[in-house]
Amino acid sequence: MVEFLEFTLEGLSAGMIYAAIALSLVLIWRGTGVLNYAQGAMAMFTSFIALEIIYVTGNYWLGFVSALAAGLVIGAIAERVIVRPVTGKPPLNAVIVTIGLLILVEGLAGLLYGSNNRSFPPAFSIDGLSIGSVALGITRNDIFTGAAVLLAAAILALTFRYSSIGLRLRATAFNAPVARLLGVRVGRMLTLGWALAGLLGALAGLLVSPSTFLNPNSMDTIFVLGFTAAVIGGLESPAGAVAGGLILGVVLSYAGGYLGSEVVNLFGLAALLLVLMFRPTGLFSSAQARRV
Amino acid sequence: MTSQVTEQVEVPAAPRGRLDWLNRSTLGRHLAVAVAGAVILYLISVGLDAYRDYLMAEVAATVVAVAGLTVLIGLSGQISIGNGAFMAIGGYTGALLFSHLHWPLALIIIAAALVAAAVGAIFGVAAARLHGPYLAGATLMFAVALPFLANTFANQLGGDQGLGFFVTTPAFLGVNFSLQRWQAWVNCAAGLIAFILLANLIRSKVGRSWRAIRDDEIAAALAGLNIARLKILAFVVSAAAAGLGGVLLAIFNGTVSPSLFTLNLSIQLLTAAVLGGLGTLAGSIWGGALLVIVPIYLEDVAVGHGFASQSTSAAIPILAYGVVLIIVMLAFPRGIQGGLNRLIKKKGSA
Amino acid sequence: MSNATLEVRGVTAGYGGAPVLRDVTVTAEAGTITAVLGANGAGKTTLLRAIDGSLRLSQGQVKLDDAELSGRRPEEVSRAGVAHVPEGQGVITELTVAENLQLGLLLRRRSDRAAALADIYERFAVLSKRKNLPASTLSGGERQMLVIARALATRPRVLLLDEPSLGLAPKIVREVLDLIKRLKDEIGLTIVLVEQNARSALAIADTGVVLNLGAVVATAPAAQLAADEALRRHYLGF
Repeated sequence: MVEFLEFTLEGLSAGMIYAAIALSLVLIWRGTGVLNYAQGAMAMFTSFIALEIIYVTGNYWLGFVSALAAGLVIGAIAERVIVRPVTGKPPLNAVIVTIGLLILVEGLAGLLYGSNNRSFPPAFSIDGLSIGSVALGITRNDIFTGAAVLLAAAILALTFRYSSIGLRLRATAFNAPVARLLGVRVGRMLTLGWALAGLLGALAGLLVSPSTFLNPNSMDTIFVLGFTAAVIGGLESPAGAVAGGLILGVVLSYAGGYLGSEVVNLFGLAALLLVLMFRPTGLFSSAQARRV
Repeated sequence: MTSQVTEQVEVPAAPRGRLDWLNRSTLGRHLAVAVAGAVILYLISVGLDAYRDYLMAEVAATVVAVAGLTVLIGLSGQISIGNGAFMAIGGYTGALLFSHLHWPLALIIIAAALVAAAVGAIFGVAAARLHGPYLAGATLMFAVALPFLANTFANQLGGDQGLGFFVTTPAFLGVNFSLQRWQAWVNCAAGLIAFILLANLIRSKVGRSWRAIRDDEIAAALAGLNIARLKILAFVVSAAAAGLGGVLLAIFNGTVSPSLFTLNLSIQLLTAAVLGGLGTLAGSIWGGALLVIVPIYLEDVAVGHGFASQSTSAAIPILAYGVVLIIVMLAFPRGIQGGLNRLIKKKGSA
Repeated sequence: MSNATLEVRGVTAGYGGAPVLRDVTVTAEAGTITAVLGANGAGKTTLLRAIDGSLRLSQGQVKLDDAELSGRRPEEVSRAGVAHVPEGQGVITELTVAENLQLGLLLRRRSDRAAALADIYERFAVLSKRKNLPASTLSGGERQMLVIARALATRPRVLLLDEPSLGLAPKIVREVLDLIKRLKDEIGLTIVLVEQNARSALAIADTGVVLNLGAVVATAPAAQLAADEALRRHYLGF
């Protein structure tokens, strides 16, 4: 029973990371109709930037904020330079171009920082917490992870719903041509969407790198699991992304805990294929016929 | 979903008496080209040293895998960033058959391709209804997850160490025959045969049906084509080609291990297919050759000029692939073969 | 609201192949309603898209008073004061009625927005009743009101309307056309009205322009066009 609790909490914590990646993917997908395969790699790169800043200044939070800022900038640049030219072209082009971005970023990271595993400091203590003598299986850092992702998601949700810029972003996502006729600078909104997604991805990278160690490929698996979470939640739904992340995190945690850690990725693959085969619009969507 | 690729238009030359049958028969034409190719490759291999024969074997293996992918993307309009995983399946199947059953080499090669094809069929059935980003994501997950099998079944599959596949030169060639030359011959022969099959497939009704699906799936369905079956077939063909490439890789490399079949490999295959020209077999030759040869020189140049140390130089080809993919998609979507075609057309009309 | 004159001079434009508009010149005088008429495929919608910046011009110019609009992107043309209510209305169904309106108001100064919104709710009672409902719940006539109100929210100097009567019941069509006439009378808004329903359009318009196969075949005061039997029968179907 204690084990079950442990696995559940661990799963929720990991699930938060997948949720963050899933959220950033949904943001870009809804806003620009593109799936950003480079999202994980960009998060890895911003984490390396954080690492450099931390080494140079000795201050974790400075590195943290730098990574978030870098995420904004890199996201914006990616949209403007690489993705904008393929809008309106066949979807295959956007897929290939973002894959190109994926390996470009990984190659650049490899060149600048080398391919060795680097240890990444956590924001808070990673000692296990317990209530009385019962080990909970999570750490202060895990709680921070959950809180940070939830806070970011909440801020984004509130911004989207209640602010003018949020209204513009939503109008762009729902109906860009009509938004243009109302004076919305659609191009800027697209760039902003990618910038925000870059911020979310950077956050995910900062939160997960302490456990995975940082190397140019360390976000590959996290990205794919984040993609799986987004598919489970339905690529159209931010709330679904968070739910999908938590569900996936918990399921994988049970799989890894009870069956051994080698099966985790295979479980993830199975989960993805099952959802794509039977509920491609995600577990939560009212099953509208949708080309997937 | 439309692809940006247009097919090459092949205008048959006017029949010339005794060689009439050649021009009217697709198979005949392809066989003739293959024979000519075989002669050329033989002459090249004999003139090269062991290291370059080894490279030849590597190029052949790569070209075959790229060819399968370029057919999948360029002709049927589906995408896969998981063909590296199918290469792994082919390679490991070959290694297992070699060490446990000691089958003759030709049989091993065929079996490896078939096993990969079977897995491709299973995956194709699961993924047949997916398009664009969803399909790419599923193949991506496949590419990332599959190598972990080597550790799940560490006893049978050798874990991170992998399995050995030590081909030896056959007795009839003599004791001192170069191993690398033999590997080059085996790989090139297998590659040529694969090319003949692929070329016939492209020109056949199946190939035309694929192109119809690629250009307008709904119209194709209305015209009575069985979309799902054709799409799965395309997946099977590309998986088989990748599996073949994988077993050929095992042959020249001597071992198979998870580190050979990473996500990067799948993406490299994609880069080669795009660079060479999606949907064209000739393009897969350019792409495959460049994929093998350029990184070698890139790394040497970079280290020589001090851009990178030995440890970071491996990242340069990866960076280059990314840049190439992006630039080609943005500026030259038809790739090398497309550019050549345009040049030839221009000259023809001048 | 300072109304403005919209000039389309010698515009040739198309979607890649042959041009859809050929050397079209239309002048919408300040404070008037100009009806653009013609059969399906005559180029009426294309004309509006050429004006609003969605379509690149191969030749010619579009001017608002003396400001050059040609070559600007739709969002900039909109900000310059040209509001386009497209064919099919363009209601953003995922947003509420209020949010649709607020979207239009974003072009106004922050301090003006509350008052402007109140104004709209006064003029369009039906929208006020549904303000927090998803726009998808509105009927056809209500949606038309919403998109006109939304366009007005941007405080335009010129209003382009593409087939506002399409798909609406005759009673609603009359309401919509009445509204359009009142906008001209009360605010002096310059209006370009594209309509299949030529008879009704000419009834409220000041000037009429008839397009056929992408070229202007007649420009005249509305009353004169309505009286010209031969032209009416040939190009306008009544």
